[in-house]
Amino acid sequence: MSKLEALAADIATGAVQIVDLTHTLDPDFPVIILPPEFGQCARFRMEEVSAYDHRGPAWKWHNISMSEHTGTHFDAPSHWISGRDVPNGSVDEIPVDAFVGPAVVIDCSEGASQDADFELTPDVINKWEAEHGEIPADSWVLMRTDWSKRSGEAYLNMHEDGPHSPGPTPEGIRFLIDERNIRGFGTETVGTDAGQGSHYTPPYPAHYFLHGAGKYGLQCLANLDQLPATGAVLLAAPLKIKNGTGSPLRVLAMVTK
Amino acid sequence: MTQELQRPPKKNPQKRTVSPTRPPESRSRASLGLSAAAAEGRFALQVCAECKTVQYPPRDACSNCIGSDLSWQDIAPTGQLLAETVIQTSSRLYFRERTPWRMGSVKLDAGPVVLCHIHNDCERNSQVTMLNRLDASGQGVLLAIPTTRTNYMEDDPQLRALSADPKHRRILITDAWNPNTPTLAKALLEAGAATIFIGEAESWRPHPNRKALGELADRVNRENSGEVNVLPLDVTDTASVEKLAGEIGGKTDILINNARFIRPGGVLDRGDTAFAKNEMEVNYLGLMRLAQAFGPGMMGRTADGVNAAVAWVNILSVNALSNSPDYGCFSASNAAAYSLSQSLRGEFRGAGLRVMNVFVGPTDDDWYQPLPPPKVLPAALARAVVGGLQDGLEDVWCGDIAKDVRDRWRQDAKVLEREMTLGGEGA
Repeated sequence: MSKLEALAADIATGAVQIVDLTHTLDPDFPVIILPPEFGQCARFRMEEVSAYDHRGPAWKWHNISMSEHTGTHFDAPSHWISGRDVPNGSVDEIPVDAFVGPAVVIDCSEGASQDADFELTPDVINKWEAEHGEIPADSWVLMRTDWSKRSGEAYLNMHEDGPHSPGPTPEGIRFLIDERNIRGFGTETVGTDAGQGSHYTPPYPAHYFLHGAGKYGLQCLANLDQLPATGAVLLAAPLKIKNGTGSPLRVLAMVTK
Repeated sequence: MTQELQRPPKKNPQKRTVSPTRPPESRSRASLGLSAAAAEGRFALQVCAECKTVQYPPRDACSNCIGSDLSWQDIAPTGQLLAETVIQTSSRLYFRERTPWRMGSVKLDAGPVVLCHIHNDCERNSQVTMLNRLDASGQGVLLAIPTTRTNYMEDDPQLRALSADPKHRRILITDAWNPNTPTLAKALLEAGAATIFIGEAESWRPHPNRKALGELADRVNRENSGEVNVLPLDVTDTASVEKLAGEIGGKTDILINNARFIRPGGVLDRGDTAFAKNEMEVNYLGLMRLAQAFGPGMMGRTADGVNAAVAWVNILSVNALSNSPDYGCFSASNAAAYSLSQSLRGEFRGAGLRVMNVFVGPTDDDWYQPLPPPKVLPAALARAVVGGLQDGLEDVWCGDIAKDVRDRWRQDAKVLEREMTLGGEGA
């Protein structure tokens, strides 16, 4: 039996489990909110074309519309100004082997439960590594905050001074890129940056540094609490959109039981 | 004297909902001037340009000098009741269902004797005031009412049939986010509305009206003076519109569509279609989604007793008539909505469901902030909506700017267009 046949057999028996890290695309799922004079992220919308009726007697189908950055989605380097000149920086150009790879999960859920503005700092990463070993190069690093369990207003947690949700500090994300050469960074919140990320220098450091270095982002992930700290393999292939800066996608993780 | 109209009891679920019937609709083309005036609540008759004779009924040639230049002019709405009768039966189903019905003749101070409906509080030979109101067929008809107010006179069945009075009705306001919504809801409750439903989009983020609407709901609940319910509704999401119509479509008597997306700028300002698309999604397609979801149910309930479905209200920019390029894309979306409202009038007409368009100039909110006054305040808009419903209007012009644009548009649409599209002094 080849390795792949063995893997397929393990999935069939449940020895390898597939965990869905994706939120349902739903018109009511929050999107990032920018000041209203800026262009906005389109919400997910679905219009019925026919439903076995006079508009199409034997079939049902919908037209759907959304932003590249609606729902659980992938950020390509070209999404940010720092990544505009990165080669193969759009979703259709990224080599496909980047879409399958190992993931580590840094559990920040306790900190995030006490402080909505919880920060992922080099110190937090160092403590995690002391327990689980050094983050392997070319890994996805997923920041678990259990934010995906929130719904309604608690998700964006928008106040008069902006949204409040956890994320990395500039030093934290730079450590992952410069010292660990990660593949990408994933979060359960609406963006890879903290809700208050616009107040760091540079603003939105995760977007700025990740994409400038040709790394990828995943956001609005779910079920990170079902992943081990190390050992999971992520399947995260965005749609092949010409010059796309990102894409909604189905993110799956393979974990051994 | 008119008895106060009582809040209707809960509907008997074993009884069939009464099907709408209508008074006769057909008129000569000359007569439609009366309907056009009634659409704005004006009492107007034709006046001969040659001999100044006031005409009744409407005609193509002057009854005095056979001059053919007869223009519709506002006439003093006063006169004296001459003769009257009470109709006890009729071959027209609409009246047969509503007898006894008081009719008679009035000698107008302006000259002619007119045949008209008569309010039950008018005394014999008394001085009366004439109303020109749209009936359930959307045609202007004349009703004589007492010149001195009587108690509960709006509750007279003949007058109420010529209005879309909010009293005892259940009203959906479609956009909780609009700055005018709390004031509008309050004004409708003060006018006797039984229930205000308010549609709220994107409840996953806070908006400035939430507190005010919550307080209003608590207060009316405490005082037992009505009901305010905030319910999920996003006019850009078909499923959400259908869901709410499924829940409350059968008890929505008046729908006020105040959902609006607005950004300043013309075609070249942004160089993309994103905001223009949002404007069409909310201002045009939103109206269409609401009409497809709520329209049929409301059309089926226009004869459903005291709180029958009665009116559909759109709040439109007066620049629907003529574009204002500083808000060029927004104006275009409102022109589309205005045109769609005319289609709806035709489609709702058979059921007697009225479409009332309230035209406003710049409103006093964030997106018109850089513009100087006058701007339409929420209180003025609320007065226009409530007054328009009470008077059964089709077209309401709210504020000086809306009235001014209307007048210039009627004088010469091309001249107005040229005024609105000045290029400024250049090389």
